[in-house]
Amino acid sequence: MTTLLIQGGRILDPASKRDETGDLFVADGRISRARPKGKPDRTIDAKGRWVVPGLIDMHVHLREPGREDKETIASGCAAAAAGGFTSVASMANAGQTIDTATAVVYVKARAAETGLANVFPMGAVTKGLGGRELAELGTMAEAGAVAFSDDGQPIMDSEIMRRALEYAARWDRTIVSHCEDATLTRDSVMHEGRVSVELGLRGWPSAAEASMAARDGMLARMTGGRVHIAHVSARETVEVVRLMKSMGVRLTAEAAPHHLACTDESLRTYDSRFKMNPPLRAREDVDAIVAALADGTIDVIASDHAPHTTDEKERELAACPNGVVGLETTLGVVLTDLVAAGRVPLMRALEAMTAAPARILGIDRGTLAAGATADVTIIDPKLRWTVEPSDFHTRGRATPFAGRELVGASTATIVGGRVVFERA
Amino acid sequence: MLSALLKKCRWTQKHLLGIRDLSREEILSVVDLAAGLKKEKDAGAPLKGRRLLNFFAESSTRTKTSFGIAARALGLEVLDLSPAASSLTKGESLKDTALTIESMGVDFAVVRHSASGAPHFVAGKIQGSVLNAGDGTNEHPTQALLDSLTIRESLGKINGLRIALVGDILHSRVARSNLWAHAKLGNEVTVVGPPTLIPRHIDALGARVSTDLDAVLPEMDVVMMLRMQLERQQAGLFPSIMEYHRFWGLTRERMARLRPGAIIMHPGPMNRGVEIAAEAADSARSVILDQVANGVLIRMAVLLLLDRCS
Repeated sequence: MTTLLIQGGRILDPASKRDETGDLFVADGRISRARPKGKPDRTIDAKGRWVVPGLIDMHVHLREPGREDKETIASGCAAAAAGGFTSVASMANAGQTIDTATAVVYVKARAAETGLANVFPMGAVTKGLGGRELAELGTMAEAGAVAFSDDGQPIMDSEIMRRALEYAARWDRTIVSHCEDATLTRDSVMHEGRVSVELGLRGWPSAAEASMAARDGMLARMTGGRVHIAHVSARETVEVVRLMKSMGVRLTAEAAPHHLACTDESLRTYDSRFKMNPPLRAREDVDAIVAALADGTIDVIASDHAPHTTDEKERELAACPNGVVGLETTLGVVLTDLVAAGRVPLMRALEAMTAAPARILGIDRGTLAAGATADVTIIDPKLRWTVEPSDFHTRGRATPFAGRELVGASTATIVGGRVVFERA
Repeated sequence: MLSALLKKCRWTQKHLLGIRDLSREEILSVVDLAAGLKKEKDAGAPLKGRRLLNFFAESSTRTKTSFGIAARALGLEVLDLSPAASSLTKGESLKDTALTIESMGVDFAVVRHSASGAPHFVAGKIQGSVLNAGDGTNEHPTQALLDSLTIRESLGKINGLRIALVGDILHSRVARSNLWAHAKLGNEVTVVGPPTLIPRHIDALGARVSTDLDAVLPEMDVVMMLRMQLERQQAGLFPSIMEYHRFWGLTRERMARLRPGAIIMHPGPMNRGVEIAAEAADSARSVILDQVANGVLIRMAVLLLLDRCS
């Protein structure tokens, strides 16, 4: 039996509302209630540290197979481990679309080879992300797809969205919806607002997101299916999420760190590391999303980690792809800009990165309860560090947080009882 | 003999538009009369001198042929307003077609049409009796009646049974006529299929709903597989034939889940390898060919009863 003792840390487990200083035991890859007999194989001193369930990022683009120049499953898993994430849910829009059971099995197998993080694949909703024909959701679900999403592309055809919600419910899977009325966002590069007018850039109106979230909520209500609104960026969408939840719709939502911490003012530099989809919006939007995260209206924090090559990203705004990396900055940004700033309670912020995504994905993770798989993240809440993209494990370099000083970082990441990352 | 059988029947309908309109006694009368006709060598042309017109505005071979055989066995003259020869392609309205039928002086009009309610419309325009041979996604009453006869022959009763209807419930007039029939006869029907092919509110027709065929099969006395039409995939209602077959096909593996004595039915034409595998379609449990044979008898019985009320 392999045993691990994590000694003297502040144990925080949102799933069980546990917050106490003490020792955490791991035996044979599981959290153990009792101290195992004899001297542990390994002891980690966690005094002054927080010991939390392994963090889960349910919105990650791993790019493999097909675009290994942007990211491989191995480099993405290394970034996850370094950022304190023990589990990621991978999006289906890899270089080759994950729309068959074969592809789902491939992603799982490649991730298992790295051993650095659990990868829970999402399958595409429609074949080739084409938005026209359902992919084999049942066969993919049985092969291990935890949810379905055409993320990167909206599902414009409402009938297809309806059928996807109905069909996926057969396997109790969530449809993760990229809400964007594409007829309203052609050629846009940033939020449509005062700043876009000043900068002479074409805007992406908030209504394009909120209206699709409302559509999806109504379809979920009608079908009894489950929908998860990816990367909420607009205050109007927050109101839609609130309304749907008040009506009892099976709808959940996530927000990305950049939408929780950055505004469209950043675009004044015309720098492509601030271009992502949906775009950075106004201060009022950021404030509404932070408040909704604090009160639980927005369930989850997810990075929308979307690596691109520097060649692709170092171009003028109109020509560069959407997306920034996030796995290695999410925890620091959340602890600094939300928790230390007093805007989101610590337990809520942790829940949004542990128990909440585990519940939505239906995965057996996100808690430190006895018997649970020993996925654990140890955090130094006082560690002061500066975001330096050249130090990243991900192959992507574009981040809106480059150069930012953050307080708080993971110091050890443990997957299934094995230490996969330790900060030097 | 025939008149004695007929005398015992309860029947008050001028048309056969749907099972929804029939009473339990009327359904049983058709089944009893058809079973009696099976024993008769020769029906003796009791409807000689009358005229039946087949108006099939949607393609059909087996149903039209079955109606033709039944009609001729009763001595009827059979006319055919086949799609190619009809005025449909020339854009004639259904009203004008109905008035044309009426002016031809027919006693029975057998109507198949892609629009739900078309036979009801024709019934309002002509003096003779209308027999619905399938209207849109509404009803196919003679199919449910022949299914009921087949079940009773096979299992010895037609109440207190558990029946699964498996497949495209959303578009199936066969499913709907069977749902109406078995609700009246006192059988419990479970509809099974992809959630995208089960209409919302189907419980209004008395159905239980499941999307898990494996869980349902061991409880069933009757498993009725429905034809899966390939255009439903193009319409985005299910991902692929293989996935459909995997989860909702009656496969060799699933045959082992059936209880002893359970029977397998299919209204035809079958898509082998899609909704039903050869090991099921050709097994000793299959009564699919009995269904075809019983179709003629049921249609004869319906014609005799309608004649009595016209």
